[in-house]
Amino acid sequence: MLIGENILLALSGLKSNKMRAFLTMLGIIIGIASVIAIMTVGNSLNTSVTSSMQEMGANNLTVGLKQKSYSEEVTESGMRFGAGFRKSMTSDDYITDEMLSAYKEEYPDNIDAISISESIGSGTAEDGNLSANVNIVGVNIGYLSINELTLLSGRSLTDRDQEEGRKVVLVSEKLVKNLFDGDNYNALESAINININGKYYTYTIVGVYEYEENSMFTSESDEDVTTDVYLPLKTAKEQNHSEEGYTQFTIVTTTDTDNETFMEQTKYFFNVYYAKNENYEVNVTSMESMLESMTEMLSTISIAISIIAGISLLVGGIGVMNIMLVSITERTREIGTRKALGATNASIRLQFITESVVICLVGGFIGIVLGIILGSAAVTILGYDASASVQSIIFSVVFSMLIGVTFGYYPANKAAKMNPIEALRYE
Amino acid sequence: MAVMLDLKNIRKSFYLNTPNELEILHGLNLTVDKGEFLSIVGASGSGKSTFMNIIGVLDRPTDGYYNLDGVDIEKAKDWELSGIRNKKIGFVFQTYNLVARTSALKNVKLPMLYAGMKKKDRLERAKELLDIVDMSDRMMHNPDELSGGQKQRVAIARAMANNPSIILADEPTGALDSKTGRKIMDIFHKLHKEQGKTIILITHSPELAEETERIITLKDGEIVGERRKQ
Ligand SMILES: Nc1ncnc2c1ncn2[C@@H]1O[C@H](COP(=O)(O)OP(=O)(O)O)[C@@H](O)[C@H]1O
Ligand SMILES: [Mg+2]
Repeated sequence: MLIGENILLALSGLKSNKMRAFLTMLGIIIGIASVIAIMTVGNSLNTSVTSSMQEMGANNLTVGLKQKSYSEEVTESGMRFGAGFRKSMTSDDYITDEMLSAYKEEYPDNIDAISISESIGSGTAEDGNLSANVNIVGVNIGYLSINELTLLSGRSLTDRDQEEGRKVVLVSEKLVKNLFDGDNYNALESAINININGKYYTYTIVGVYEYEENSMFTSESDEDVTTDVYLPLKTAKEQNHSEEGYTQFTIVTTTDTDNETFMEQTKYFFNVYYAKNENYEVNVTSMESMLESMTEMLSTISIAISIIAGISLLVGGIGVMNIMLVSITERTREIGTRKALGATNASIRLQFITESVVICLVGGFIGIVLGIILGSAAVTILGYDASASVQSIIFSVVFSMLIGVTFGYYPANKAAKMNPIEALRYE
Repeated sequence: MAVMLDLKNIRKSFYLNTPNELEILHGLNLTVDKGEFLSIVGASGSGKSTFMNIIGVLDRPTDGYYNLDGVDIEKAKDWELSGIRNKKIGFVFQTYNLVARTSALKNVKLPMLYAGMKKKDRLERAKELLDIVDMSDRMMHNPDELSGGQKQRVAIARAMANNPSIILADEPTGALDSKTGRKIMDIFHKLHKEQGKTIILITHSPELAEETERIITLKDGEIVGERRKQ
């Protein structure tokens, strides 16, 4: 009951001195806002990245070549894998079809499919004044099965397309919408001209697949969206005039495979071929391990910002303590009067602790709102869906109260212990 | 007649800068009966307020015996003294001491809040008291919107909040003109006659002192005169 009165008293005190209250709260506001903002960003990124990585197949293993290096940490993360590794690659360095066949024979129970792709480039598919943005990607049969394309009309790429290196392609419904007015049947068996930096490539459309929105890039409109045009891997290699062999491929493991162990086995298997290679070796990463390093990176950033926020909260708390001491000095006579009217030391203490907690809580709430706004804005700019972290909000409320009690206790106790006579005589 | 206050050999010293001891009250004796209206007079600095603060248990004597309505003050804990100030004693100060930025109504409710009274009862009682001191029409006003006389009337209403048996008034009219002071005195007389309150009044005005039943004269921390009127 006394607490209710004290809260009202504290709020009316804040209202009658808004500027001072705001300045007092500033440290708390900044501290809480930055915690909430970073938590909102972290939470949103984690949610989107986790879901989109799972979409891409969290259980896939990626095998790739990396330069032999004595500075292991560059590639350890898995994220910077392959940086600039093409510069001195020769035909002896590639992963060959023979290696792949041997690998498949060695682990038939673990390998569900092997997916290989090779990009030709990005450009525009043109037809008169109509156009659509595309990536041309050469893919093997495994790639198509892993990525679970849904065919809307026509057929998929076949083994024969692959073996003969036919110039046939699968296009997205978005491309059909832009070039063929959305008429899938009209698009089938039509020729498509693609301009990559002034060089024209002509293919025949054999299938139209359903476009699935990738949650990582959602900001483009239907006209500007870039979709993949898939053609047989062999065709792509021929058009690229590239060597026989691959620099990277993806393995889908069977459900009862222990990926951790199989990663090691795969790495060992391929590195037998590369034991004598002076420049390259094989590295295996999984979406899981990339996700882990991503989460790790996020939490490192979170910790760094939390430390800054913690310092800001500490400064804020000291600010609250300072203003409480000022307030108590200003209200010395009031304290004396209250004691003369029968206030116990405990009720005076409670009054000022409540006041300090109310200041911190109001500051905390402003900080939470500000933090959610800032965090959401940042997340939206980055192109993800914002979602506030409930734990961090609860944490902030509790933490604000804790600051209020901690930094309010000393001034409140000082007020409680004032001698009533001296307080009443105070000028 | 029943005794309300019994003070024996009360001494009070202040320690300005230890060990410099300065004795202000040099062994005062005073017995006050229930329902008595007495005044304390004396030159400024003679120790009237210091004595009053001891009577009102705002301060403890350095030495001496004090029994307040059957309670031995020396043995009472601090929180017990808070309770006595809250329920048994009503203070009226020369400087009013209303809580700033707080309405007259809320000021009057304050002692009842500390007494743990119900919200509804607090409001009812506060309105009733403001009516007695003729301040009903100003109850939502803050102290800075009230005149000195009005403030003192609110302060008296506040002193009466928990229906105390003793009212201690330290120069309540000292800051008021004689006409306003007269009004305040009339309220004390009314409380004394109609409600049988024990009232101790410190005053500089000989005329006002003459209106009370007993006049105690203090000089340099000693009682130098006592005159009972009839
Ligand atoms: N807290 C204190 N510390 C030191 N001296 C005090 C204190 N309170 C009162 N005194 C001194 O005690 C004397 C009596 O003061 P007071 O009781 O206020 O006198 P009165 O009310 O009769 O004018 C004065 O000389 C004053 O300076
Ligand atoms: Mg005085």
